[in-house]
Amino acid sequence: MSLMTLTAVVLGKKIKAKEVTVVEATRAALDAIKEKEERIHSFVTVDEEKALARAAQVQKMLDEGKLTGPLAGVPVAIKDNMCTEGMLTTCSSKILYNFLPTYSSEAVKKLEEAGAVIIGKTNMDEFAMGSTTETSAFGETKNPWDDAHVPGGSSGGSCAAVAAEEVPYALGSDTGGSIRQPSSFCGVTGIKPTYGTVSRYGLIAYGSSLDQIGPIAKDVTDCATILEVISGYDEKDSTSVAREDYKFTEALVDDVKGMKIGIPRDYFGEGLDPEVKEAVLGVAKALEKKGAIVEEFDLGLVKYAIPAYYVIACAEASSNLARFDGVKYGYRTEEYTDLHNMYKKSRSEGFGPEVKRRIMLGSFVLSSGYYDAYYLKALRVKALIKKAFDDAFSKYDVILGPAAPTTAPKLGESLSNPIQMYLGDIYTISVNLAGLPGISVPCGVDSKGLPIGAQLLGDCFQEKTIIRAAYSYEQTRGYLHSPMSEAAGTVTQ
Amino acid sequence: MKNYETVIGLEVHVELATKTKIFCSCSTAFGGAPNTHTCPVCTGQPGSLPVLNKQVVEYAVAVGLATNCTITQYSKFDRKNYFYPDNPQNYQISQLYLPICRNGYVEIETEAGKKKVRIHEIHMEEDAGKLVHDEWEDVSIVDYNRSGVPLIEIVSEPDMRSADEVIAYLETLRQTIQYLGASDCKLNEGSMRADVNISVREVGSKKFGTRTEMKNLNSFKAIAHAIEGERARQIELLEMGRKVVQETRRWDDNKESSHAMRSKEDAQDYRYFPEPDLVPIIVSDEWIAKIRAQQPELRPQKLMRYKKEYDIPEYDAKILTESKHMADLFEATTELCKKPKKVSNWLMVECMRLLKEHDMDADEITFSPIHLADLIELVDEGTINSSVAKEVFELIFAEDINPKQYVEEHGLKSLNDESALRSTIQQIIAENPQSVEDYHSGKEKALGFLVGQTMKATQGKANPGMVNKLLKELL
Repeated sequence: MSLMTLTAVVLGKKIKAKEVTVVEATRAALDAIKEKEERIHSFVTVDEEKALARAAQVQKMLDEGKLTGPLAGVPVAIKDNMCTEGMLTTCSSKILYNFLPTYSSEAVKKLEEAGAVIIGKTNMDEFAMGSTTETSAFGETKNPWDDAHVPGGSSGGSCAAVAAEEVPYALGSDTGGSIRQPSSFCGVTGIKPTYGTVSRYGLIAYGSSLDQIGPIAKDVTDCATILEVISGYDEKDSTSVAREDYKFTEALVDDVKGMKIGIPRDYFGEGLDPEVKEAVLGVAKALEKKGAIVEEFDLGLVKYAIPAYYVIACAEASSNLARFDGVKYGYRTEEYTDLHNMYKKSRSEGFGPEVKRRIMLGSFVLSSGYYDAYYLKALRVKALIKKAFDDAFSKYDVILGPAAPTTAPKLGESLSNPIQMYLGDIYTISVNLAGLPGISVPCGVDSKGLPIGAQLLGDCFQEKTIIRAAYSYEQTRGYLHSPMSEAAGTVTQ
Repeated sequence: MKNYETVIGLEVHVELATKTKIFCSCSTAFGGAPNTHTCPVCTGQPGSLPVLNKQVVEYAVAVGLATNCTITQYSKFDRKNYFYPDNPQNYQISQLYLPICRNGYVEIETEAGKKKVRIHEIHMEEDAGKLVHDEWEDVSIVDYNRSGVPLIEIVSEPDMRSADEVIAYLETLRQTIQYLGASDCKLNEGSMRADVNISVREVGSKKFGTRTEMKNLNSFKAIAHAIEGERARQIELLEMGRKVVQETRRWDDNKESSHAMRSKEDAQDYRYFPEPDLVPIIVSDEWIAKIRAQQPELRPQKLMRYKKEYDIPEYDAKILTESKHMADLFEATTELCKKPKKVSNWLMVECMRLLKEHDMDADEITFSPIHLADLIELVDEGTINSSVAKEVFELIFAEDINPKQYVEEHGLKSLNDESALRSTIQQIIAENPQSVEDYHSGKEKALGFLVGQTMKATQGKANPGMVNKLLKELL
């Protein structure tokens, strides 16, 4: 059985116990990628040579006792919007097709300090704009449960790589659900931490005030362990928060007695697939059985979240993506007559249609005469949404809902109707607007054989509460391996 | 022709004297090889993030306090979006909605009297890089060494009415900022830059005329000429029954004229919005108090103190304090020799003469206070006479020589040896019987001639007082 069927923490233990060498673990990842990439296409870049050299180096450090952490020697994949020194970082965009960063993002650095072996960079929606990974300039990624379906997005490559068991874990980023939604579509676990918990330094920005990096793995134990490694105050990121407590693994406790769980009625209304609804309510029942107190309530304002999100995220994106102009790095058009022609052609040829749509939308809402009506109004909605959550968290420890209204759609279905695609973000988006932590955990499979994910939300800085709830639920179910796994169909407890 | 009034408001950019840039730890030093004072942040690399240099806030607040502004205790940065290659992110981090200082004023003095010029706001922002156009290769090259150098922009109200007032306003700002140590404010090097907004209106009119903005003004002279030129141009248009177009104009110092750069219709929409990568700047009461406490003595206080403590006349004190460098030099030299009046005299007369002769600014003086103090001592002891001292001062001014050593090595000491001088004078008397006779017949001029002859014979080293005394005695 491939080492890639193991969780990151279990593989880390085997490496530390010298049952497995780091090179063996790395080779197992590279072999799995070779075997499965043609069908899944989760990666944009795989650097075999560098990974093997790094594996040998990590092994040496382990042998010398210089590395003792739980992730030492475990291979990892990084979403392609995080800078990796000397390794291509493209954001799955033609405009950065040749971009070699001169530095690594803080989260990647922290993983490397913990002894991680970076295998490669995963596919994503171009600049993280999309919910299917189909807007990538380098081809779509397929869902390991059914390759006629999308893996979700924008961290679809990272989630598919974990579900297909090409790597034990990956990093993703979440601006409006980009970790939680693909985790749910691929049957894996992902955490979007509280804004300011993981440094954004080196994360190529989409919506700066909403972006957060987070872990994607098979189970809650892995996610808590990874989050503990990548989180921390970073003086290079002004929006980074110095938290008192980063010991997320302390919350890996099977105990929800007396925990108050709120179920927002607004999340279970029209548009929600009945099979998804049933599976998510099943999570509530399982937790209730363990002693949690479950209650329905009205969160409110849910329908305003999507327009507010798209105004804010696109406004920031229109400015963040201005630097991709053909002057300093990345794609420059072949022929041009002058500076403005060079800008225009490089950007027209370098960006895909979804990115252009969002740049135009963002430029429009920031234009003089429209700024107050759109951008400022969206900021006010954002503040109201935060207040609605504050009220909810004065009553509940955790809010439970679906991660997405449906299971993974078929390839090609979503992009033809972008508005429909945007509406699919309804359950994940408010969390980013309010800066809250959220975790997506698998909670079943629909009649088509596609995984369903439940989402647990906590108040700001209360990751430990949602980790405890998710971990407790996971004990009732275990991890169901995808059809692409060598352990397909089996459950690991 | 009708009677017109010129209405002028200024936007002054000042480069702050921080060691590092506004949003990264790169050096702000001048003169590095292209793109050597750069990092991912100031070259706009994907994924990089700005972190505010606190010293920038301190300087901005210090300037705000010194110009009677209200400090914005909850201030924010905004992004100004526009595409140009000298701006690596294609947005400039600046302040629009909540600038750090507002509603201040400075007091200026011109021949027309004293007046207050109100300051609308002071905001912080980053400077851009530099584009170099290579005509031969048909390429443009960017140097990001200046990208991210901190600036403050001081925006005045349209309170000035003449070039004189504009120059007085700029001088006052420059002195204040130099005294605070917040910038060296050199117009010719670009560490202080002024954009001038000008309109004209009929005297008595309450409404402002249409204004134009003049850019590329690198000296006080250029500013004065540009204002006069633009005033005349606008009046001419109005007198011909035409309208002034709101536009930005570029001053050409060589041609002494301006041309239109872009009209209001071409004005870009900068799509300002709050910078999401930076947190709001909270300036607490304690912080303001601390900055206020650190404020050095400014020019008005110095003026008063010079009069009181050193008994320096107001006119002299004004000249001595015009540049902080000159005032520092005066105080340091006085501290060494304890002779404020003599120090003032050297600086006011000889030093100013040399500055004028070499077309230099007081800020460009390089000599050491100790050398001027030593020179004053040499004169006071009678070791050298005043004409030798002037020559030596020129060398101090030019090369910062050590006067004691120089006088010694070049044998410039006054001849104070009475017997040697006596024999020289006896010889002069013997050689000039006609003059001696003239003297005795009451022609005072003859004495002057004999003194001159004696000085000539001693190569100017004789103590003139002693020559006079001995001559009279021997005659």
